[in-house]
Amino acid sequence: MPFLSEVLIASLILIGAFFLFVGSLGLAKLPDLMRRLHGPTKATTLGIGSMLVASMLYFLLVGGHFSVHELLITIFLFLTAPVSAHMIAKAHILRSRRERSALPVTGGKVGWATLDENGS
Amino acid sequence: MLTRLVPHPLLTLLIAVVWVLLNNDVSIAQAVIGLVLGLLIPKATSAYWPGRPRMRAPLVVIEYLLIVLWDIVVSNVQVAYLILFRRGDRLRTRYISVPLVLTTPEAITVLAGTITMTPGTVTADVSADGCALLVHCLETDDPEATIARIKTRYEQRLKRIFE
Repeated sequence: MPFLSEVLIASLILIGAFFLFVGSLGLAKLPDLMRRLHGPTKATTLGIGSMLVASMLYFLLVGGHFSVHELLITIFLFLTAPVSAHMIAKAHILRSRRERSALPVTGGKVGWATLDENGS
Repeated sequence: MLTRLVPHPLLTLLIAVVWVLLNNDVSIAQAVIGLVLGLLIPKATSAYWPGRPRMRAPLVVIEYLLIVLWDIVVSNVQVAYLILFRRGDRLRTRYISVPLVLTTPEAITVLAGTITMTPGTVTADVSADGCALLVHCLETDDPEATIARIKTRYEQRLKRIFE
């Protein structure tokens, strides 16, 4: 393997590992659930993304063929991360009375969908 | 005639592309199988998909994707900085309510997902009539500026794409 591609792939994997670590650290360190959600939804996305780019480059430069599985993993990740974060936030709002009293008003006639009994 | 044969052109294209990617083999044979699946599956399931979201400006989609990808990188660096160098209980977190001009469910879903992936914000809920999004900010001094940023950067482009 040429030295340059080795450096490129290794640094991408290290960047990925760093962001995955920071995401998990945020999950452990931040004080409440809503703040903790920010770690895994964002920092880990770039971490995984960087690892996937490294994997594509590895197969392209070393294996000599183009691997496209990684693109699919990225798409599925971008689709699922916001949905799971959204469901966790909704469950939290529904369970915590303190959280409910801190919510701003919708600005419309009806309330937030999780709490509005007549809502769709 | 064409709409009966291809009820969801975008879904057809999506299935074909996902099939090729799943096989990890970009070849004409796989593309043909993918297209056949993409024609059969939407036809068999079209009764369950009554809505037909339309894309009005395909070029804006590419612009939108590039902007979102760039913002994901920026937001990761920002959130990593906040996690590493700030004490969690000193962060000025708060909820904001973002009024929407978008009306189609697809556009609102994409906007909610985009907000979650981009700088310091997570979408927590939508109002029961679909007129506002509840967004949680990790660190903000100026909620008005955050709302304005979401509206000009993402919502206006989505409005051009979907409505």
